[in-house]
Amino acid sequence: MSGDGPTLSVCNLETHFFTRDGVAKAVDNVSFDVDKGEIMGLVGESGSGKSVTGFSILGLVDPPGEVVGGQVLFNGHDLVGLDDEQMQKLRGNRIAMIFQDPMMTLNPVLRVDTQMIETVLAHDKSISKNEARQRSRDALGQVGIPSPDERLKAYPHQFSGGMRQRVAIAIALLNKPDLIIADEPTTALDVTIQGQILYEAQKLCRETGTAMIWITHDLAVVAGLVDKICVMYAGRIVEQGAISDVLDNPVHPYTVGLLGSVPGHNTRGERLYQIPGMTPSLLNLPTGCAFQARCPRADEACTAEPNITQPLADRNIRCFHPHLQEAAE
Amino acid sequence: MMTPQNAMLEVKDLTKNFVKRLDMAGKIAQRLGSNIREETVHAVDSVSFTIEKGEVVGLVGESGCGKSTLGRMIAGILPPTAGGISFKGVEFTAMTQEEGEAAALAIQMIFQDPFASLNPRMRVEDIIGEASVIHGMTDLKERSDYVGDMMERVGLGREYIRRYPHQFSGGQRQRIGIARALAVQPEFLVCDEAIAALDVSIQAQVINLFMDLREDLDLTYLFISHDLSVVEHISDRVVIMYLGRIVETAPTDELFDKPNHPYTTALLNEVPRLDQRGIEYEPVSGEIPSPLDPPPGCHFHPRCPHVTDRCTIEVPVLREIAPGRLSACHLNDQ
Repeated sequence: MSGDGPTLSVCNLETHFFTRDGVAKAVDNVSFDVDKGEIMGLVGESGSGKSVTGFSILGLVDPPGEVVGGQVLFNGHDLVGLDDEQMQKLRGNRIAMIFQDPMMTLNPVLRVDTQMIETVLAHDKSISKNEARQRSRDALGQVGIPSPDERLKAYPHQFSGGMRQRVAIAIALLNKPDLIIADEPTTALDVTIQGQILYEAQKLCRETGTAMIWITHDLAVVAGLVDKICVMYAGRIVEQGAISDVLDNPVHPYTVGLLGSVPGHNTRGERLYQIPGMTPSLLNLPTGCAFQARCPRADEACTAEPNITQPLADRNIRCFHPHLQEAAE
Repeated sequence: MMTPQNAMLEVKDLTKNFVKRLDMAGKIAQRLGSNIREETVHAVDSVSFTIEKGEVVGLVGESGCGKSTLGRMIAGILPPTAGGISFKGVEFTAMTQEEGEAAALAIQMIFQDPFASLNPRMRVEDIIGEASVIHGMTDLKERSDYVGDMMERVGLGREYIRRYPHQFSGGQRQRIGIARALAVQPEFLVCDEAIAALDVSIQAQVINLFMDLREDLDLTYLFISHDLSVVEHISDRVVIMYLGRIVETAPTDELFDKPNHPYTTALLNEVPRLDQRGIEYEPVSGEIPSPLDPPPGCHFHPRCPHVTDRCTIEVPVLREIAPGRLSACHLNDQ
């Protein structure tokens, strides 16, 4: 393990899906870093490539998808091109994933303790079954499940939705990973339960120094939780920066539109800003900026590929006509 | 409770229980002395409120609180176990057949899942036009024009009239669902999580559409949602439900500025907001209890920070605490 660098550094990652109708660039030249103990929000609408980015890091992209370029440096080692055996040593051990549906993680016919002990022993043969049980119990306690000793003996169907998601998080934590990728983990949960999960996630990252990528479509969720944010559109990161900077002074027209279309306290009785049109098909993207057809600022310049620029300190965007005037005011 | 002058819809002591009947094995086990019983879910428990003409009422609650069941009873899809619903001053049960049919047409429902609520084997023209031909809003000759007008009203091009649902995106399908409801010229729309399945940018488009339709067609809405920010944006008045009961109702501004019931307060604290950064979450403890076995007294008492002995025994009554504001909490008596 190397010392000071970021826990995860994704450089120019490209994941393409080779379908019968053509090549879909689901992840197109995506780069970001996540430091120790940092929470990064990866935000986008459906089909923007945010989940595929998460899957690509873990090497979980199935054919016809393929990681065709770029690097995923985890503690300094490139994960792209590792064989299955090497990846399996990392998955569930150094890198864990939490899915939207906890039943994707849990096996419905096995008791929770069986599944948890198996996870521990799969990566650490030196410890006894009893120690593994002890560690499972502690992990359940850590995510706020009452009476963990009894709950270990329960089956997944005996838990409520929020509790199941906690069990899934506890399993992710078992081997004290350096990185957790959370893919919409609270989308299916109720507001008060979501608050509890966000609280646990935040506490864990602060206390254990685990880095986290929180994938979501909900800007309001990441606003309170994350340290920095990447906004994705049609496979590309269009804007990235510190969370307060981006939310207070968005400069990419897509981010501006997205923030304007969130209803809430200040918008009561007014019309919401609406981004016209709909998300384009990845198989049929226009040349140049993918957002041009829906963008109020688009002109001929946008038919060329926008490169990453840094118009403000610590802010990367892909746009020829950013909202810089507004941001300066 | 206030007696509104022009109540569009009045719900009184409305109750819906779902009973899980015993199967053969269960009945035999019961005969043999096992303590298996029929299980009853009190999905909606003696709920009363009114909606005035032209009003948008937001109905908020977490899963299992009975908000969808309530919406379905109002739309006439589910029969109530007890209590009554009056539309324009006439009880559903007291209506003649013609009146009943007119009310059923005037109250239309828009569903959450735009994929499940459209018949995949029907063309858009048939989906939107079928009911309006049967009910005489148009005839077969003019159906295409009529459906085309409806589609344009909800922001779809009339050239798509011959297409099937699978040829549309989620947002467009939701518009088809709205057009289908509008085609029978309703006065009252029950929207059950109608925008929950849509992407943020599409959500904004559909919310704006609902607001435009309200102005153009003078519609009244019951807007059922778990999303408080959407409800805050669109509603005039908000009704909060917890485990089958109404815990608080108030005009939107007052409710969001000064919630009265501890559950409302907790709910508002938990809503993620754009203007909150790096906050320390302080979650409400505990789970939502099972509606099969709700706690006695006030349903919220196991999770309430202000719980007293009285809360565990006596059910708090929903009563007026300020003009237009109702809350069901014992704390208001002190």
